[in-house]
Amino acid sequence: MTEELIIAGFGGQGVLSMGKILAYSGIMQEQEVSWMPSYGPEMRGGTANVIVIVSDERISSPILTIFDTAIILNQQSMDKFEKSVRPGGVLIYDPNGITRHPERTDINIYQVEGARLASEMGNAKIFNMVILGAYLKVKPIVKLDNVIKGLMKSLPVRYHKLIPLNEDAITMGMKNVVDKNIVN
Amino acid sequence: MTNLTLEDIIKPENLVHERTKLMTDKTLSYCPGCGHGTAHHIIMEVIEELDMQEQTIGVAPVGCSVLAYDFMNIDMQQAAHGRAPAVATGIKRVYPNKIVFTYQGDGDLAAIGTAETIHACNRGENIVIVFVNNGIYGMTGGQMAPTTLPGMKSSTSPYGRDVHDMGNPLKMTELVAQLPGTYFVTRQAVHTPSAVRKAKRSIRKAFENQRDGNHGISFVEIVSNCNSGWKMTPTDSNVWMVENMLPFYPLGDIKVDGKLL
Amino acid sequence: MGELKLMKGNEALAEAAIRAGADAYFGYPITPQSEVIEYLMAEKPHERTGMVVLQAESEVAAINMVYGAAGAGKRVMTSSSSPGISLKQEGLSYMAGAELPCVYANVVRGGPGLGTIQPSQADYFQSTKGGGHGDYRQIVLAPASVQEMSDFVKLGFDLAFKYRTPVLILSDGVIGQMMEKVELFDQMPRLKDEEIAENFEWATTGRKKGTERTIITSLALQAHEMEAHNLHLQAKYKTISENEVRFETFDCEDAEYIIVAYGSSARIAQKTVQIARKKGIKVGLFRLISLYPFPSADLQKLCKQGVKGFLAVEMSAGQMVEDVMLAVKGCAKVEHFGRFGGIIHTPEEVLKALEQKIIGG
Repeated sequence: MTEELIIAGFGGQGVLSMGKILAYSGIMQEQEVSWMPSYGPEMRGGTANVIVIVSDERISSPILTIFDTAIILNQQSMDKFEKSVRPGGVLIYDPNGITRHPERTDINIYQVEGARLASEMGNAKIFNMVILGAYLKVKPIVKLDNVIKGLMKSLPVRYHKLIPLNEDAITMGMKNVVDKNIVN
Repeated sequence: MTNLTLEDIIKPENLVHERTKLMTDKTLSYCPGCGHGTAHHIIMEVIEELDMQEQTIGVAPVGCSVLAYDFMNIDMQQAAHGRAPAVATGIKRVYPNKIVFTYQGDGDLAAIGTAETIHACNRGENIVIVFVNNGIYGMTGGQMAPTTLPGMKSSTSPYGRDVHDMGNPLKMTELVAQLPGTYFVTRQAVHTPSAVRKAKRSIRKAFENQRDGNHGISFVEIVSNCNSGWKMTPTDSNVWMVENMLPFYPLGDIKVDGKLL
Repeated sequence: MGELKLMKGNEALAEAAIRAGADAYFGYPITPQSEVIEYLMAEKPHERTGMVVLQAESEVAAINMVYGAAGAGKRVMTSSSSPGISLKQEGLSYMAGAELPCVYANVVRGGPGLGTIQPSQADYFQSTKGGGHGDYRQIVLAPASVQEMSDFVKLGFDLAFKYRTPVLILSDGVIGQMMEKVELFDQMPRLKDEEIAENFEWATTGRKKGTERTIITSLALQAHEMEAHNLHLQAKYKTISENEVRFETFDCEDAEYIIVAYGSSARIAQKTVQIARKKGIKVGLFRLISLYPFPSADLQKLCKQGVKGFLAVEMSAGQMVEDVMLAVKGCAKVEHFGRFGGIIHTPEEVLKALEQKIIGG
């Protein structure tokens, strides 16, 4: 199994940390992982994206242009990465702030209202965990208990009390992911 | 007082000053009449008197005293031009119990190494810096130094230093005294026996400061002559130094035990 | 098995410095490697092992602090990125001349000048052909993973002390910024001052009474002395080039074409090989681990086995390709491909270059 994924959105949406939790989850189940962020001036408030690869084998290039899955969290990223999903691949997006919805018919498209659900749960910061839940529902590449272990590894101990909330957010995402276009 | 013959003078019982064992037997490469040799001697005497040689590591600069390690019979490192305070910082940080000093000229310390000097002083590295200021680049043949006096001639200011064009002489010693990281800052000279005694006392105090606590920098400037670079006889150069250098670079302590005087 | 962690390459390098028993790190922040000094400051290595970490006023000061501490026999490290590495060249030339050991890392970004903060491999010439003034070489190790960012610190210190030479870990923004699983090696003890004084007679640790003093210098005013010193250095470099060649091959056994690459380009090219093999193209990857010494003889051997062409892939306008040409000595076609100035080539671009420049060309 090899999953090649890009997560793209605004800085501050938790894009990088979501990727990190996923990578840690992969380590928990003894897989190879890589996490390659875009870095540079855009890090400071602009767009942010990270390429995460989880694999049973040694990972070759950590930098890719074609992905199995793209998680897209703002319009700029939609414009940039919709075309980067391989035919038959997966695109998951939050419609919040999206003015041009994905148009491709050769990929599987899912929607999750992460921003709305997170704010309904009373904590905008768990947005990325709602998205992660939606992703894991569509692509169960790592087990939920390994995600929790990954969270414990990547969060400082003082935030461990927030892990149950994060778990609820993941469940919320899993329950609320909606099919928009299914090709296989 | 009886007149001693040469035979009398060299008798051991008539010895008034013994050459320190911490100078090698190598002939000094400095021009006859230059102050560097005396400065070397008093530093080595102090290290010998304080019985510090086994703990001491010296850092030589680029300039006339680049070969200081040929004469100072202790462990020495030769640094790139201006970098001696950084090199000394490196040594002292990994050996806080050893005694570390730099020996630098004006080009090294006050021009190319200004940043290293200021920042080592500002961090308060517990080291000794000995700064020999003769207002000229001696080794490369008498070019203008950052400390060359206004109007003073050098091979790169052949009509005299025009401060509007070439900038003003930099009083590094006064400058570093303002920094909280310096503990002892003084300006001395070695042109007369009494000046040598005073300079040696300052050097001794500097090394004692380093030995006795983590106080910060002890900075000793020695105003010196450069008879070759100034194109004078040794005696004339000392007279010129007293008449011209010392009014601009007045001798005496500037900061003692962390307090500005 | 050692401790497993998810770390950035820069963080792994920093953690490895502590674990390798380094006595000191002197550095100055610059993107994309500032995580090294940030990690070290946050980790309080002084409490863990007694290691000193100091933020210097400049890269120039940092390398000279390394010079001083290394001259006193300590295990010292620094790191920077391209513009900062240029500033360190003076100190590195002095260290090569004075034969001082150190490990330093360059997390390369695009140049020339201030350039960009994005990844690049355009510092190959500077790294392998000397960098500073004078006739000298340094061992250059090119990590292609976060794991190697850690492992090469330990290896680097071993080689630095074995040969009394600076060792460069030549990384880039990709390897420095990405996170991967890394197995950390166990903490090694720092040498005690007495052990240093005993083992390294060349180090300035204070002249014991009745012994000769030690001098660290790169100066010999007499030309014949300097020539003798240079001959000694060249003999050392010859020993290094005979003993410290490191590389790795993938799918080279039956290969008709070989991609030669190092660092992040080697990772990208590995993907190219996977894609190309699926298309039936017999291509292999020759990954350089040591850039100096360069594995010339091993490339020559592949050439004699019947490889028809070599594609040198590097994020530069073509630097390493010159060494491939020198190694192959005209026995097969050699071409270069690479994006540069901070752009990273994709596996597909590399494949296209292979097809156009080597197979079809």
